[in-house]
Amino acid sequence: MRSAKIWSWIAFAAGMLYFFLPLIGMFEFSLRARRGEYSFDAYASVLGDPQFRATFGYSVLMALFTIIFGILLVVPTVFWVRLKLPRWRPVIEFITLLPLVIPPIVIVFGYIRLYNTSSWLPLTGTAMGTNLLLMFGYTMLALPYMYRAVDTGLRTIDVQTLTEAAQSLGAGWITILARLILPNVLVAVLSGAFLTFAIVIGEFVLAALLNRPAFGPYMVWMGANKAYEPAALAVIAFVVTWACMALIQLVTRLSAHTRAQQR
Amino acid sequence: MAFLEIARLEKSFGPLRVVRDFNLSVEQGEFISLLGPSGCGKTTVLRMVAGFETPDSGAIQIEGRNVVRQRPNARKIGMVFQAYALFPNLTVAQNVGFGLKVAGVPRREAEERVAEMLALIGLPDLGARYPFQLSGGQQQRVALARALAVRPRVLLLDEPLSALDAKIRVSLRTEIRTIQQRLGITTIFVTHDQEEALSMSDRIVVMNGGIAEQVGTPFEIYNQPTTKFVANFVGTISTLVAEVEDPAGGAVRVAGQTIRLPRPVEAPRGGRIGLALRPEALHLGAGDGRDTMLPATIADVQFLGSVIRLQLHTGGTTVALDTFNRPDMPPPRVGEHTQVSFAARDVIVLDS
Repeated sequence: MRSAKIWSWIAFAAGMLYFFLPLIGMFEFSLRARRGEYSFDAYASVLGDPQFRATFGYSVLMALFTIIFGILLVVPTVFWVRLKLPRWRPVIEFITLLPLVIPPIVIVFGYIRLYNTSSWLPLTGTAMGTNLLLMFGYTMLALPYMYRAVDTGLRTIDVQTLTEAAQSLGAGWITILARLILPNVLVAVLSGAFLTFAIVIGEFVLAALLNRPAFGPYMVWMGANKAYEPAALAVIAFVVTWACMALIQLVTRLSAHTRAQQR
Repeated sequence: MAFLEIARLEKSFGPLRVVRDFNLSVEQGEFISLLGPSGCGKTTVLRMVAGFETPDSGAIQIEGRNVVRQRPNARKIGMVFQAYALFPNLTVAQNVGFGLKVAGVPRREAEERVAEMLALIGLPDLGARYPFQLSGGQQQRVALARALAVRPRVLLLDEPLSALDAKIRVSLRTEIRTIQQRLGITTIFVTHDQEEALSMSDRIVVMNGGIAEQVGTPFEIYNQPTTKFVANFVGTISTLVAEVEDPAGGAVRVAGQTIRLPRPVEAPRGGRIGLALRPEALHLGAGDGRDTMLPATIADVQFLGSVIRLQLHTGGTTVALDTFNRPDMPPPRVGEHTQVSFAARDVIVLDS
């Protein structure tokens, strides 16, 4: 009994070392910009770079739009498939898995061929149109995660009976989705949103080939041209990611019925 | 025309005809039970009234208007489900007030109505709780309040007691019936539990294989079943095989004795018919007004508390007999020879 506990602690410690050692090493390296002493010079350089602020801001904004579009696309789809087309579930699941199989470069070339300036819908002709294309691309890259998260969330509630109960009380589809389905899968939607955020912040291929000023291409450029700044940038990216996770936890706890369920 | 009129309703799922030529007229304020075994089509009828299934043909008229093409959220029909179906993200008060909010009832009025409904179901202090903090019985009462809050024209109850403990089931069925009578709301109740149907309903529709076998008051259904299925499904019966002696005079012969039934028999002379008897129609030994007496052997004794149920071999078959428990008289023993008596007027003739 006692030895089992010791072994589990050893396994836990090994796991933590495996995860944290490279991070600590990277953090330590990022502090060495000034010769002979530790400093935050690399961080100051990164944060002071107007390019950093512009690209990061752009990517955050794109991530938010991608999340909103993803929720509007995925939640009603999963709901409808569960409610009315359960036989189509394997097909829809397969489609949502395609982005994991088809590389983004194929998608972006497809986009450029279909929506170039001499096509029937010249989306790449304007910055706004290209932003829109980029958002669609991001939504697709995040689809496997978003779909699965929402599907798992909906599995925990009796969608059909709740929908029928709401209908018998006079509710229409939008009320049912907004007031019953979405709040009940909020935690799942948030985890999907978080994954979407992480994907959008780090994505390189779509943004680079559509020539948009996103954070991914900036990180690659920085990595190729500077020494200490990329490490600082990676640490900053980690902090942002963790802050997002903490935010999700916070929101989850603020929602009363899930808080009560966790007790 | 009745308040709710269902006419020639048909529904198939693929090759399976689940509801066939179903007709029913329900008066305002009436409590109707659809009773039948699993798969008899009772829930499908209810779901068609609610609008969750579309009939293949036939009409459902509420207050003279056909609602078959109307969407479920436009029908003003309240429904209570077996699985409670309370919205987990809303409190009890928000659940009850959901339909009012959707209908755009002013906040003050809605709050009053919610309080009134919670008082009606006897849970005035639980408005702030979430559904998972309630017991099954409480959840189902909240579901009832939620369905009633919008003042529906018809209340549909889809086996609302099936998921509850036996004791709560009994108390809640009394409560539901009391509330239904107080509000005078037209109600259709689906159940496979005959005791629920008999104790709560104004009328019962016994369903089998998608058709309504018999429609009648609980008294009629129990005492005058018109088909073999109804007689078998509702309550317990024992069947004695009899030979017809005089069809017009209602005379039949069982175990060497002639019984004169109060009505003619629809079978030829020499034909065989079934005589069904309820356990309480049979009496151990001779009894007042019981004109037929048959020799019997005790085959089994079940002590059920207030009632003792005996199985007896008589007339070439086994019959069930109920007798009240008496502390001063121990129950008979298995193998004992005795006599059973019954009155010809209590015999249910099963000729269909």
